[in-house]
Amino acid sequence: MTAIAFAQPDAAILARRDAIVAGLAALVPSDVLITNPDECRAYETDAFTAYRRMPMAVLLPRSTQEVAAIMAFCQEQGVNVVARGAGTSLAGGAIPQEDAVVIGVSRLNRVLEFDRPNRTLKVEAGITNLAVSAAVAPDGFFYAPDPSSQLACTIAGNIAMNSGGAHCLKYGVTTNNVLGATVVLADGSIVELGGDAMDMPGLDLLGLIVGSEGQLGIVTEAILRVLPLAEGARPVLFGFDTSEDAGACVAAIIGAGIVPVAMEFMDKPAIEICEAFAKAGYPLDVGAMLIIEVEGSDDEIDFTLQKIVEIANGHGVKVIKQSRSATETAQIWKGRKSAFGATGRIADYLCMDGTIPTSQLPYVLKRMSEIVAGYGLRVANVFHAGDGNLHPLILFNANDPEELAKAEMAGADILTLCVEVGGCLTGEHGVGIEKRDLMPKQFTREELDQQMRVRAVFDPQWRLNPSKVFPLENRWMPQ
Amino acid sequence: MQTQFAPERLADSQMAESEKILRSCVHCGFCTATCPTYLLEGDELDSPRGRIYLIKDMLENDKPASADVVKHVDRCLSCLSCMTTCPSGVHYMHLVDHARAHIEKTYRRPLADRFIRAVLAAILPYPNRFRAALALGRLGQPLAPVLAKLPGGERLKSMLALVPQKLPRAPKPTQQNLAAAKKGRVALLAGCAQQVLDPEINAATTRLLNRLGIEIADTKDTGCCGALVHHMGKEHQGHVAAKRAIDAWWPEIEAGKLDAIIITASGCGTTIKDYGFMLRDDPDYAHKAKAVSELALDITQYLATLDLPKGEPREEVIAYHSACSMQHGQQIRDEPKNLLKTAGFTVKDVPEGHICCGSAGTYNILQPGFATRLRDRKVKNIERVAPDLIATGNIGCMTQIGTGTDIPIIHTIQVLDWAYGGPKPAALG
Repeated sequence: MTAIAFAQPDAAILARRDAIVAGLAALVPSDVLITNPDECRAYETDAFTAYRRMPMAVLLPRSTQEVAAIMAFCQEQGVNVVARGAGTSLAGGAIPQEDAVVIGVSRLNRVLEFDRPNRTLKVEAGITNLAVSAAVAPDGFFYAPDPSSQLACTIAGNIAMNSGGAHCLKYGVTTNNVLGATVVLADGSIVELGGDAMDMPGLDLLGLIVGSEGQLGIVTEAILRVLPLAEGARPVLFGFDTSEDAGACVAAIIGAGIVPVAMEFMDKPAIEICEAFAKAGYPLDVGAMLIIEVEGSDDEIDFTLQKIVEIANGHGVKVIKQSRSATETAQIWKGRKSAFGATGRIADYLCMDGTIPTSQLPYVLKRMSEIVAGYGLRVANVFHAGDGNLHPLILFNANDPEELAKAEMAGADILTLCVEVGGCLTGEHGVGIEKRDLMPKQFTREELDQQMRVRAVFDPQWRLNPSKVFPLENRWMPQ
Repeated sequence: MQTQFAPERLADSQMAESEKILRSCVHCGFCTATCPTYLLEGDELDSPRGRIYLIKDMLENDKPASADVVKHVDRCLSCLSCMTTCPSGVHYMHLVDHARAHIEKTYRRPLADRFIRAVLAAILPYPNRFRAALALGRLGQPLAPVLAKLPGGERLKSMLALVPQKLPRAPKPTQQNLAAAKKGRVALLAGCAQQVLDPEINAATTRLLNRLGIEIADTKDTGCCGALVHHMGKEHQGHVAAKRAIDAWWPEIEAGKLDAIIITASGCGTTIKDYGFMLRDDPDYAHKAKAVSELALDITQYLATLDLPKGEPREEVIAYHSACSMQHGQQIRDEPKNLLKTAGFTVKDVPEGHICCGSAGTYNILQPGFATRLRDRKVKNIERVAPDLIATGNIGCMTQIGTGTDIPIIHTIQVLDWAYGGPKPAALG
């Protein structure tokens, strides 16, 4: 169960636990600090439950100033800090460690300012992704990145992982939709990066923060770009005999220069799992399915769909089913967005997050099945096909340590395959601990060192989320 | 999720069931987003995922409940919003029921807490005692500010705040105007607190069903369905109540004379529909309990099968408040609204309608702080749609929301009875 190692806890810090906790207690109101082991346990993992570490304490501050005070204290005391949004990471990004405190931003969840003429929304970063869209929906706007966990995950977590989602094919990922951020740095200083417009003067430090997995600072506020809702949108289900046919169809659509707003792939096991939960009317007699959503005016939708249907026909599509109502559309997306959780009905799973060039889809789909079958396991595939972001779910039994080990090995093989065909280890879930030890497959030693030099500018002592992203060996430290 | 139960502990059927539930949870965290207490607190310990984790640790390691675990489990409303949200099908209700029973067995509550729970369990399920207690409560209302200063006094104060100024008279519903052509025969749960607080609900049900040609079987008194004590972890008392209700209905069921058992309080409906599970290991009652659960229907579910005629458009705008036990516990969503629309009303959904009003059985007495914050949030959302009246299908919500707004709040069945020829509900003046 412990194939992935954490750094040895710092014995000196553990020995000073009581003093550290007392110091924190003097700093914040009592209901901000959780120290009782029974209670801390609920924070020992995220959605990557194969790994668990008890934190020394958990803090749930209510303001940027409180976050700053805690960070300054931890820096002074040499205590590690693990930031947490909603704890929905599938890569273990929010898993704590014994010599660290958790700083959770879930209470920083207010909408601060809607600048309608400039189409920006300022929020506290602990607000959930879906609550952002809900806040501007009455005015006809939405926030584009829509990770499947958008109901629960926070903007802070989205920024940390540079999250995408089904609709980022057209609208880009988090980094394309965040304009500014208030960040608390390791020493407790508060900085504002970016601003309220697309192009701000100076170095793009905000671009550095997005996707930094809680290693450069803690984001407490963000200015987001919101977009006008399309006049209409229509998802269509395309059923194929095989995954390879569906994969080839995706590559052909992208190759033809068509950009639907979303293009999602599900294979037979995934279709069956999601249909059982969402009753969305997915075709059950096909080997694979694409959900392709097109938006705009009715004419525009019809025009684009016609071109897509022609391409699909050329790839042996068996079933084409259009959503006929808002309710059907909602059900279709509910099924897709609940895919991971719904898989829990039949088995435990590891969810991979590799990306590949879309032209490689048919080959990679075939190889993934072979890899997983080679370990005697099953796989359900559900992913963002349009931008080549794969989410194979490797099914296993969590109560069988041998199966977990096999699932982890299959996962590593799949991600290695992604890198080999010209893709990368993670599309949107982040490296976390899950993919940390695979980083040398993606990067050379020099490339890793260079990234760590950048990291060290913000956190020279490796105090922020220290066990993640970079392999524990050969860590670059400033001289 | 991985579990680590010692094999011998899984011989216990309830433990085995809980293990199965825990195994189905993948810890995705979706449930946190729709949990009322997480919305208020932002602390995972006050969310389903956090509670599941606390319960897992307690059951897995056979630990007696600690004060901290009890605090967070007690704060759970059992609104079951998490079950609607959960993509993995985690049966949180059965897990938290098990946890509450475990707490009751292994944890000694502070004296004031034990006292108030004992009082509630000894009074609420018994209509005569409850009626007497309400009369006393009205006398006690002036003392509320003083009582609030005693240990546990906040709860006494909130209990007194819920006492209505006057109680409606309680005529026993009689069958009348039974349409000539008999179309069906049902049993009607008389219930406990509801028949004291608002006897008109079952009277309206009787009137409307009779007009539609449905006969109501004259069964023995069922007493309380057991939901109130069951939710306090008093498992044995809950089972005794369930068996009493089953015994009252059984002769009719055995003779094949019932089309349905009709329930007009959705909180009771959720529990009665779960009798089959609650008594699954009882050799004498398992099959009877299952039969009762299968026959149990909310009044709106039953009416939806009767094809009521379309009414002329009416001017009243109704905000439909779906009780948690209706939308989450029983997954009944459209039937009540469709019936009201068919009757001619304009029906509006309440924004954030999936979040509890804070009533939740005895929750508004035991957790007054959370309950009041949730009530105020609910009232604000209801007022945003500016309705003429609020319709809902659960007496608990009616009492709770009624203390926070002047908009009349009326049981769905009374509104329907009115629309189909019955008297105008008194609350509408």
